[in-house]
Amino acid sequence: MIKRMNHPAWFFTPYVVLFTTFIIIPVVIAIVLSFTYFNTIQTPTIIGLRNYIELLTRDEVFMQYVLPNTFKFAFIVGPVGYFMSFILAWMLSQIPHKHRTVLAIILYSPSMTAGIAMGVIWTVLFSGDSTGYLNSLLLNIGLIEEPIQFLTSPDYLMTIMIIVSLWGSMGVGFLAMLAGILNIDPTLYEAAYVDGLRNRWQEIFYITIPSMKPQMLFGAVMAVVGTFQVGAIGVQLSGANPTPQYAGQLLVNHIEDFGFIRYLMGYASAISVVLLILIYSISKATWSLFGERD
Amino acid sequence: MASFQGMKINPSRYHKSQLKFYFFLFPMTLFVALPIIFIISHAFKPSNELFAYPPKFFVRMPTFDNFRDLFFLASESGIPFSRYLFNSLLVTTIGVFLSVLITSLAAYSLSKLKFKGKKTLFEINNLALMFVPIAVTIPRYLTISRIGLIDNYMVLVLPLIAMPVGLFLVKQFIDQTPNELIESAKIDGASEMQIFLKIIIPIVAPALATVGILSFQLIWNDTIGSTLYVNDESLKTLAFYFSTLAARTGNTVAGQGIMAAASLISFLPNIIIFIFLQGKVMNTMAHSGIK
Repeated sequence: MIKRMNHPAWFFTPYVVLFTTFIIIPVVIAIVLSFTYFNTIQTPTIIGLRNYIELLTRDEVFMQYVLPNTFKFAFIVGPVGYFMSFILAWMLSQIPHKHRTVLAIILYSPSMTAGIAMGVIWTVLFSGDSTGYLNSLLLNIGLIEEPIQFLTSPDYLMTIMIIVSLWGSMGVGFLAMLAGILNIDPTLYEAAYVDGLRNRWQEIFYITIPSMKPQMLFGAVMAVVGTFQVGAIGVQLSGANPTPQYAGQLLVNHIEDFGFIRYLMGYASAISVVLLILIYSISKATWSLFGERD
Repeated sequence: MASFQGMKINPSRYHKSQLKFYFFLFPMTLFVALPIIFIISHAFKPSNELFAYPPKFFVRMPTFDNFRDLFFLASESGIPFSRYLFNSLLVTTIGVFLSVLITSLAAYSLSKLKFKGKKTLFEINNLALMFVPIAVTIPRYLTISRIGLIDNYMVLVLPLIAMPVGLFLVKQFIDQTPNELIESAKIDGASEMQIFLKIIIPIVAPALATVGILSFQLIWNDTIGSTLYVNDESLKTLAFYFSTLAARTGNTVAGQGIMAAASLISFLPNIIIFIFLQGKVMNTMAHSGIK
């Protein structure tokens, strides 16, 4: 049987069936819902572009807080996280196997602290009273006199969200890049040095990065998608949606706010579509930066 | 080549020229590791240490009280802890296996086979990757209830098997396999499926291991399936049970300890699986005949 399996359908059918049922159809429904008024109980009624018009012209929270917050967050965490992932992967590839394994496991481990673990660590470390670790430390060395409300104060929330996200940014992109670097044929370097390559910078730009373009691209797309789709963190840290004075409100929180707190699913879908367009255009730009043109 | 001064990828032993890397890597790793050490240490603290002032980072008198409270709480609610654990293990095992297999099969067809609509499929896949999961929660629920999968064990797995990220990743790796390898196998009379099973799978093992890790985390940590698609309490998973803990225990002193214990238990399997599979992820393909 296996000897005669040549048709491409053998390969893509299972994926296409599951992908269509559980991803494509729901996404299409979501896009259709974005043109309706839908409170999740009554049948949706079509209202055309009204959700979008409302979002872009009347939603002050969206324009004043959500959009700037999302961009600020994504444009810091995305590039910095990506750059850190590459540098760390590059360095790790140049130390012996055993040490590399241990360090890589530790560096990747934050990406595994989903849900409950995330909340427990950070809310305790940044807790607003004097039993919070950071507050206790700062009080001890005399930098502050009163404990700071790190998680409920709009002044700190965004910064803490960025730090926590950077802490966890060595994710799947990092793993892919590490595998990519390790896969580069060593003779390529030797040949390049014979041909007159002079220093490590040239080596990185002329050999390392071009030889691992697929992984660089993957890492970049993951960074874009990952940072724009973040949402849980601000809510988990501050314990509220909306976050205090919308200081940590990101697009995904705005979607949750309307979809699951106010039950305006049509409007929430419209925000998701806007987010999709945003991620898509930024990914396309990334693609043209790293993509193979074949 | 004694004078070669360049990149030493995957060096076989330590050399003092690597010191500069350690100099940077160690502080970074320490910074990353602290919160992780904290999860472990916190879970073993007795209640007087959990609320100590000034707070103590490391546990002084480690105890299993928090774990005992956690198990006790579960049995109190009617469903034994082991039932949630069993559900999670079963669902995750099936899910990871199917996800890796189905995703890599599709990736091979997208990378090396010719068929109509191939480019479109890849494009749609990447578009789907960019759509926030939260936005499809309700539409996905509507789809699932229409097919009649509500309260079916498989509903905890099926929606999570097709992983656009995984497809993208594996395809990127298969793209790097030289066509000559496939061509020569074809000349020897191998079918596409044989090529996939015998040649491609071993070569892209690192990517498959990565997809395995991702899919493990996705399914193991998923709470949406248990929350929305099954009503039968005995079919729900550990991640779901943990997500309800805060509401169950309230902000009590015992509650804090239970949360700390639960966070360690939910974190551990992820890291164990990762340690188990990382060898594959970081393995070089130098010996696999590419390049």
